[in-house]
Amino acid sequence: MRKRASIITGVLATLLAASAFAAETGKDIAFNRSKGNCLACHAMPTLPDAEQPGESGPPLIAMQARFPDKAVLRAKIWDATASNPQSFMPPMGKHQVLTEGEIDKVVEFLYGL
Amino acid sequence: MKKIAKKTLMALAGLGVMMGAVSANAGPEEDRLKLVSHFKHKFPDLKQEDYVYSALAFDPDAKSQYNSIMEFPPYLGVLEKGEKMWKTPLKSGKTYADCLPNGGKMIAGNYPMFDNARGKVVTLEDAINDCRVANGEDPYKIGDDNTMGTLGAYMRTLSDGMKMNIKVEGEGALKAYEDGKRTFYQRAGQLNFSCGSCHVDNAGVRIRSELLSPVVGQAVHWPAFRGGDKLTTLQDRYEGCQKNVRHVNDKAGGARYNNLEYFHSYMSNGLEMKSSVFRK
Ligand code: HEC
Ligand code: HEC
Repeated sequence: MRKRASIITGVLATLLAASAFAAETGKDIAFNRSKGNCLACHAMPTLPDAEQPGESGPPLIAMQARFPDKAVLRAKIWDATASNPQSFMPPMGKHQVLTEGEIDKVVEFLYGL
Repeated sequence: MKKIAKKTLMALAGLGVMMGAVSANAGPEEDRLKLVSHFKHKFPDLKQEDYVYSALAFDPDAKSQYNSIMEFPPYLGVLEKGEKMWKTPLKSGKTYADCLPNGGKMIAGNYPMFDNARGKVVTLEDAINDCRVANGEDPYKIGDDNTMGTLGAYMRTLSDGMKMNIKVEGEGALKAYEDGKRTFYQRAGQLNFSCGSCHVDNAGVRIRSELLSPVVGQAVHWPAFRGGDKLTTLQDRYEGCQKNVRHVNDKAGGARYNNLEYFHSYMSNGLEMKSSVFRK
């Protein structure tokens, strides 16, 4: 009885997790405080709902023009300390703050800024 | 030829020892002065005595809200309870005032101190517990708000206006200081922050809507009552920050936090103590 209940909960949890994952956009991941939390440190001046941003990092704007090579942008997010050892920015990929798939989504999202 | 080489080597070794000794002596004070001048350069308008206000020093609106709350602080009841505990005789019939140096007044700024006999850092809370044990009582649990926290909150008011006065003298003391310094500056955890990432490099900067306070001045005003009633000791705050930034946190009263408090308090040397304060 107990066992069956726990199996059902397990299945439910997996389903929920899977659907949350599928629904999560690059923007969701960037805004989520327990995921990218990019707003802690970056403004996104072109987005009206990017409220109360922090100010330690540069504003994320005109990303496509400033990072014509997408791989460079991705690398910065994956490990900001590679190009700047003193960087305040958490190494999102290297320390698995975000998954590789989540980083890809965030990069696409930034390209729209 | 061989002889000369040997002589040179010995001279060099001697020099090395000497330089080691010099920099060891100069260490903590040099560290503190470096930080003071770093912040002075960064915040030319901020007066040295304003550092005791931490993040409030950068935010006039929050500071004036703080001022009005401090006129009639919501936590006075806790201090009254602490005062009763302070005045109640211990099993031996003696009081804390009989047992602590200078009757327990104007001493908080001397702690933490390094106890050479025991070879470790002793916090004010440890000194209170020593008193209890010497007078027939059980020690309080260091992190317990209802006992040590409450008594400490009152006891610390007896040192208001004293200047922080931490001393690092001797090899053991320096080792403990260096250990605390390492905890403060070492990057750790998933987010790769050190305490210094926020409270040195990014002091005065907002992350989200939170202004980051400079390390200088952080140690002089504890406990803080967060939200007006949640008693928060300095080491509770270490634990809070470590949890927030996904470090492996320690527990109040352990050697790691005591050494951190030793280093951290030294960085506030010369600033006035004030207990307790409101924090949001
Ligand atoms: C704790 C603060 C912090 C967080 C959180 C943070 N960053 Fe950063 N970021 C910085 C800082 C500081 C810099 C500038 C220093 C550097 O280049 O390393 C920076 C630089 C960048 C750059 C290079 C910008 C440029 O114009 O050169 C990009 C792109 C970037 N961050 C994207 C992101 C994204 C996307 C997120 C969220 C997934 C994020 N950051 C989260 C602090 C942060
Ligand atoms: C990601 C940034 C960040 C890191 C890293 C961090 N803190 Fe904090 N800390 C904060 C914020 C935000 C506050 C609340 C605002 C303030 O007073 O700075 C705070 C507050 C404090 C305070 C209280 C200041 C006051 O006067 O009320 C102390 C003490 C403190 N931190 C110590 C530490 C220590 C020690 C570490 C390392 C274990 C650490 N912090 C790491 C962000 C950080």
